[in-house]
Amino acid sequence: MRALRGLGQRVTARIWRLGYASRFVLAILMYSGTSLRRVHLTIREVYFTGVLSLIIILVSGLFVGMVLGLQGYDTLARYGSTEALGVLVSLSLVRELGPVVAALLFASRAGSAITAEIGMMKATEQLSAMEMMAVDPIARVVAPRFWGGVISMPLLAALFSAMGIFGGYLVGVQLIGVDEGSFWSQMQASVDFRQDILNGVIKSFVFGIIVSWVAVFEGYDAEPTAEGVSGATTRTVVTSSLAILAADFVLTAFMFTGT
Amino acid sequence: MNLTGVPGVNMSQETLVEIRDLNFTYDSRPVLTGINMTIPRGKVVAVMGSSGCGKTTTLRLIGGQLKPTSGEVRVGGQVVHELDAKGLYDLRRRMGMLFQFGALFTDMSVYDNIAFQMREHTDLPEAMIRDLVLMKLHAVGLRGAHALMPTELSGGMARRVALARAIALDPMLIMYDEPFAGLDPISLAIVGDLIRKLTDALGASSIVVTHDVQESLKIVDYVYFVSEGKIVAEGTAEEMKNSEVPYVHQFVWGEADGPVPFQYPSRPYGEELMGSAVRGG
Repeated sequence: MRALRGLGQRVTARIWRLGYASRFVLAILMYSGTSLRRVHLTIREVYFTGVLSLIIILVSGLFVGMVLGLQGYDTLARYGSTEALGVLVSLSLVRELGPVVAALLFASRAGSAITAEIGMMKATEQLSAMEMMAVDPIARVVAPRFWGGVISMPLLAALFSAMGIFGGYLVGVQLIGVDEGSFWSQMQASVDFRQDILNGVIKSFVFGIIVSWVAVFEGYDAEPTAEGVSGATTRTVVTSSLAILAADFVLTAFMFTGT
Repeated sequence: MNLTGVPGVNMSQETLVEIRDLNFTYDSRPVLTGINMTIPRGKVVAVMGSSGCGKTTTLRLIGGQLKPTSGEVRVGGQVVHELDAKGLYDLRRRMGMLFQFGALFTDMSVYDNIAFQMREHTDLPEAMIRDLVLMKLHAVGLRGAHALMPTELSGGMARRVALARAIALDPMLIMYDEPFAGLDPISLAIVGDLIRKLTDALGASSIVVTHDVQESLKIVDYVYFVSEGKIVAEGTAEEMKNSEVPYVHQFVWGEADGPVPFQYPSRPYGEELMGSAVRGG
């Protein structure tokens, strides 16, 4: 009986927290005017979450593309269609790996940083101080970070995919010797802007919302102690990673079924 | 006549803050019970008591960060918990608060910390903001530190910068949450002196929440002693020094034992030792 009650309490607590997180994101949308009016606040966050994540995104994209080049060539060689390597690399990246892997990296690099920063601001009473100065922390601190993440994510995913295609080209064309003309021309002929690229951009935009939402919420809701901030940072990475993978499945099911 | 520019705030009254029959309960645990306080304009009032007695909660109720379970807090004639978000923010623009460890924005320089409120709430040109910031910093003796980051400041300097930030918009009410905590004797004297001088210079009211008896009794006009969420004594600094109330006497003279016992509540000592002997044997 006690175990059942404990389970019920845990489920109720989770539902309550989900409701709180939903109201929180509504509050962010309501107070986003400041981010739009004072665009430098958002640009600053695009720099911190986007520009400072470039190294990890570009290097990872290059290696993922190179691995795709090697693995793809090995598989395609069995069917005598190695000239389709460019198509395989590009479609894998723009449809799937680019948005998903970039989002997972973004959650680890930028999401955790956002949570830790807001959590520490709470622990050191900076958010309370802001409230007492008649400045809403959701408008001044949370909303610019949220929008900074949402804007950065599709750009980072695009750069990840571009770097990955370059990595695939390096391995496939320069190292293995796949025909360069076939590599690029088949890619150009097979990759559809709306079906492949636009859907990839939509995915990365949705992942940007997920990671930024989880990151700012966990930071704002963190217990104001060192342990609380540390736990919130971990939760950001775990929750947003799982949410990205789940959302990816749902989006893929809607976008690419029957194509 | 309303001199504040804030709708509904009446500055002509002698009393700036009035707390009546205030009760506050957290998680069904009473934190404050039946609190009555009056903070006159232009005075420094201390709220003293041991840690966890509800002093900081009182400040948060005055600032509208918490809502009372019953009773009311009036600031400038306005009932704080009845204000809507806009009304509350309008009121807070005329309040300054010094947090226990300064709560300076760590991503901003000293200069930007003090300019923060001016940039948020006024349309003043940057040249005027610069003059005002330097004046505030000069008042706390740190004009030369305007380019430093908060991490480069000592504890005492951070507290003084936070004080300059608290008075950035010339507030009518300044609240200090443990302003003397963790300061060396020199910084302690400087901060104490500044609280008194700035209150007088601005014509503001100050509420100092502290358990530093010696320093605060030098500068305050009136003292409320809080114990276990209730006011147990009140009076001038001199009256408190000579008070016969056992709790006040113990607190003012720093006695280890008294109404606040040395021992945390527990079972009788003998019973506890015998019990462990029986279990151990």
